[in-house]
This record gives sequence, C-alpha cells and structure tokens, in this order.
Amino acid sequence: MEHLDDQTVKKLEQQANAIRRSIIEMLVAAGSGHTAGPLGMADIFTALYFHSLRHNPKDPLWEDRDRLVLSNGHICPVLYATMAHAGYFPVEKLKTLRSFGSPLQGHPHREWLPGIETSSGPLGSGLSQAVGMALADRIDRGGASGRYVYALLSDGELDCGNTWEAAMLAGKEKLHNLIGIIDRNNIQIDGFTEDIMPLEPLRAKWEAWNWHVLEVNGHDFEEIVGAINEAKSIFEKPTIILAHTIPGKGVPAFEKKFEWHGKPPTKEEGEMALQELSKNA
Amino acid sequence: MLNQNSKLNPKLFDADVEQAPIRKGFGEGLLAAGEADERVVGLCADLTDSTQMHLFKNKFPKRFVEMGVAEQNLAAVASGMAAMGKIPFITSYAMFSPGRNWEQIRTTICYNDRPVKIAGSHAGVSVGPDGGTHQAIEDIAIMRVIPRMVVLSPCDSIEAKKATIAAAKTKTPVYIRLAREKTPIITTEETPFEIGKAQVLSTSENPMVTIIATGALVHKALVAAKQLENEGVRTEVINLSTIKPLDTETILQSVRKTHKVVTVEEHQVAGGMGSAVAELLAEKEPSRVAFVGVRDQFGQSGKPEELLEHYGMGVSHIIAAVKKIV
Repeated sequence: MEHLDDQTVKKLEQQANAIRRSIIEMLVAAGSGHTAGPLGMADIFTALYFHSLRHNPKDPLWEDRDRLVLSNGHICPVLYATMAHAGYFPVEKLKTLRSFGSPLQGHPHREWLPGIETSSGPLGSGLSQAVGMALADRIDRGGASGRYVYALLSDGELDCGNTWEAAMLAGKEKLHNLIGIIDRNNIQIDGFTEDIMPLEPLRAKWEAWNWHVLEVNGHDFEEIVGAINEAKSIFEKPTIILAHTIPGKGVPAFEKKFEWHGKPPTKEEGEMALQELSKNA
Repeated sequence: MLNQNSKLNPKLFDADVEQAPIRKGFGEGLLAAGEADERVVGLCADLTDSTQMHLFKNKFPKRFVEMGVAEQNLAAVASGMAAMGKIPFITSYAMFSPGRNWEQIRTTICYNDRPVKIAGSHAGVSVGPDGGTHQAIEDIAIMRVIPRMVVLSPCDSIEAKKATIAAAKTKTPVYIRLAREKTPIITTEETPFEIGKAQVLSTSENPMVTIIATGALVHKALVAAKQLENEGVRTEVINLSTIKPLDTETILQSVRKTHKVVTVEEHQVAGGMGSAVAELLAEKEPSRVAFVGVRDQFGQSGKPEELLEHYGMGVSHIIAAVKKIV
C-alpha cells in the first residue's frame, strides 16, 4: 500500500474540508439540491482530484487524461466544488449552482462545463458509459496505456438493471482499465437501502460478475489511495471499490439520515454546518 | 411519369422486380463504412445475423462488441465509446432498441451529443409471423421527438446502404429504421441520396395530390400512383427517407401545387411521419391531409402482405385515401 505521509494526509483533509464548506455554501445559495451524498463523497473526490487522477484543469480535454464518469449526477455539488478548488473554474462561480444560465446545471451537463465527461442524472447508465470508454481505450491503446476510466456510482442506483448489464459486460471483457467506486452510504430517497431494496451480499454480487472487489473506509485517504493503486495492479479483471461512507459526513446533524438525501440546508442550518466544519479546518 | 433525375430501377413495376430486405443494405453499408473509417465500431444485442451486422463482425472482429440481450447497456456503452472518438453503430430489433432503451438514448446519446447510430431492424407489421410483440410501429414517434436525433427510413436495400454510409459521416445521433422482409428494389446506385433531402420519385403534370411515403411502403405508393394516373387522378410521389430533419422545401414545393396530401407509413398514425408532415403543413401551408398507417392498434401474427392489408396499408388503401381527398 502506498504510504501517504502525515503532511500529505493533513493537506488532503484540509482540502476536503474546504470542499465541504463550499458544498454547504452553494446548496444554501441554490435553495435546492442534495446534501448527504456530496458531503459523504468529499474525501473520495479529494483523493481523486488532488492525488490519484491524471488530469489537467487548464486543459480539460487533454487526450491522455483519465476519464471520470459520475453516474449518480445528483451529487454534482461535490464534483463542482472539487473541480473549482482544483482550478477548473473560479470558486466564486459555485454560488450559481442550479440558476438560469449557470454552467453548474442541477444535474451535470458536459456541454455546459468543460471537464465534465458525461451528462448524468437518470441513474444506472454511468457504468455502461465508463465500460464503453474502457472498451474504446482498449481498441486504441490496448487498455494498458496508463489511462484509466473511473466510474463513480451510488449504492441506490444498484437497483437499476442497467448497472448489472454493464457489470456483466465489464467482467466478460476483463476491463482492467476500469475502476468503479461505489458510494456505499446505505441511504436512498425513500429510506435505507436494505429496507428499500436489499443489496447485500454486495461484495459477492460483484465477485460473481468476475470483478476484483475491494472495500475501504471512504473517509480514510490512505485506504482510498491504496485501493486505487491496487486496482491498477490487477490485469485480469475490472475492479470495484466498495467505499463505506457516512452520508452527510462532517456535519453531525446531517450524518446517516436519509432525510438529507435530497434537500439543501436552510440559511440557519447552513451557518450551523459551516461552524461545525470550521472546527476541523 | 417517373422522375428521370431519380434514376429509378427501370423494372420497378415489373412482376419479377428484384427484391431484397432493407436490412441487408444496412449490413452492406456498415461494412463499407467500417472499411472507410476505422473509428466505426459495431455493437449488437444478440441479433448479429438477423440485423445483418455479421458482415462487419466477420471483417472487423476487434471492432465488434457482443452485448448479449442488454439493450440499455447497448445504448449507453455506445455513448461511452463515442466519447472516446468512436463512431458506434448499435443494432437490435426496433422494438428493443430504441423500444426498450429510450431513456438511455435520450440522455447518454442525444443529451450528451454523441454520434451513435441506432439501427432498428424488423420495424413495421410486415415482420409477420413473430406477431405484435416484435412489430415496432411506434419507433419513428419516439425517435423523432428527441432533440438532435436524425431519423432515416430508407425505401429499399440500396437506399439503406447509402443511408448507412451517410450516417457514419454525420456528427449527430442517427436512427435508421429497417424492415425484415424482402421488398422491391426501387432505386439504383445512381439515385441521389442525401440526409435531409426528400426525393420526388414520380410526378404527373398538374398534380392533384401529393403522396408522401416512407420505408418499404414507398413501392406501394408508386404502384398506387400509377393506377390512379390510369384513372385520371394525377399525383406526385415523394420518398421521405429522412423523416427528421424534414425536407420542408421539397414538401412545400409539392404541396403548394396540390394542397392535398396523403402520407403513407408502416407505423402508428399518431406521432409518425405523417404527423411530422402535418405539423409542417399546419404552420406553413394548411392543406387537406389523409393518413395511411396503423390506427391505434397492435400488430399480430400473419403473412406480411396479409397484415398490411388488414391494417389498411395496401395499395388499395392508398388509392382510397387519395380519392377521398382529391
């Protein structure tokens, strides 16, 4: 496992905290949007954009970049905030989230914001698109060019049959240039995943489709980065990383509550949340 | 009365006119497109032979992906391949693609602006014995309603080949509608084809009615026009092989002479090619319109000709529709 020194971890933690604060600010400004998922995924987005991902914010269409497909588009506040902090566009723009004419559409639209690989929102088809990218990469470069395709999925969207169609194909095609990360936060709109539509045994499902399966604490940078590195060392299979996350992470009042899936904080709740987050800054 | 510029098959009206399935032209066109451009890839949902993709698969096995029976994945994987610069063609029966995977086509292909080409075979009731589950008669409606989607419905195997080659060269998503059964060859290699251009195939002096037909029924429209001419009813027949974008110029030019239109398609009247024509005419040139097509019914098993007659899409029905409004 790649050892991240304390200073690197500290920097990543501070970055994730800044991203969480931006998420709260943009959601309060927008007055609608999703809170729990973006906060829960802030560490993984930070690990990707500030450590593992091969990308260039000044050249979003760089041909050799890794491709990152966000399948569950509704958590786009974390994508937007991370991209802004990484230098794709000014952080001030985050407050235009969901407003008329803003490149920060309610669900991501690739034509409105350079650096977004796929427009998404309707659940279940992101993994398919990532599989298509990995297949094309293999045709062009043999799939071993060091260019990886990342698919970020929610656990709720594993209810969609489309996801499993893609999983079967990736296993059949042994797409080792494909790395999936599932936000295993156990909530979806109507409640807890295991009440709405049980997913367990989740690990066994992916293994059955011939994927290499890893499980990490989605808030531990060393584990996240280590899993991504291990995925890159597997050459016979695609890898799926089950990232156990806490929805609403960072703001205790929002944590582990499915009620926070699809609503934004009020102004007062936002101020409280920013105060909580400033404790860790 | 055949339009000389269209360079149609001289044996068009003969009893022994050569016949071929429209889907066959697609298979040949895809092979040609694949030879011309290595970015072309083929994806199929377990119907490789019957959608005629096997020609491409045999020649370019590394550029072919067998998807299994998974049409949603078919569409979205193709979008991902297009994102990497490929020109994907996806095939299945029209009932399953675009029938089953409409949202993936809308979001991952059209909303994403990816140039995926969707070939839907076995469209229309003329699929025959397989019955209503397999007879797509709603596909034009669900494809033409999506922004950016180009909708092609070639009239014979030769035009299907040209349409496929042309589709590979466009930067937009394209839906190509194909029929299963053998149908008469109307056009020749010399017949002009361009996406977005309708062809006036036949015209009488001072036409009284414009017949606009698409797909496999274009031949019946020409046969009907010939019989009508013998009875003194003068018509102009347009092959509308591009349903979207509509060739408004060619249609309006004809309708300004006739102000009477019969549309002919193997599709529900609701939302189909006739609806597209009626939308245009209602705004630009209000005219009397009669529709030949399926009227809010499902298909069933039977012989292709028997079904076309039963559902009101035979030559006699075209003639009756023309006479009703002339």
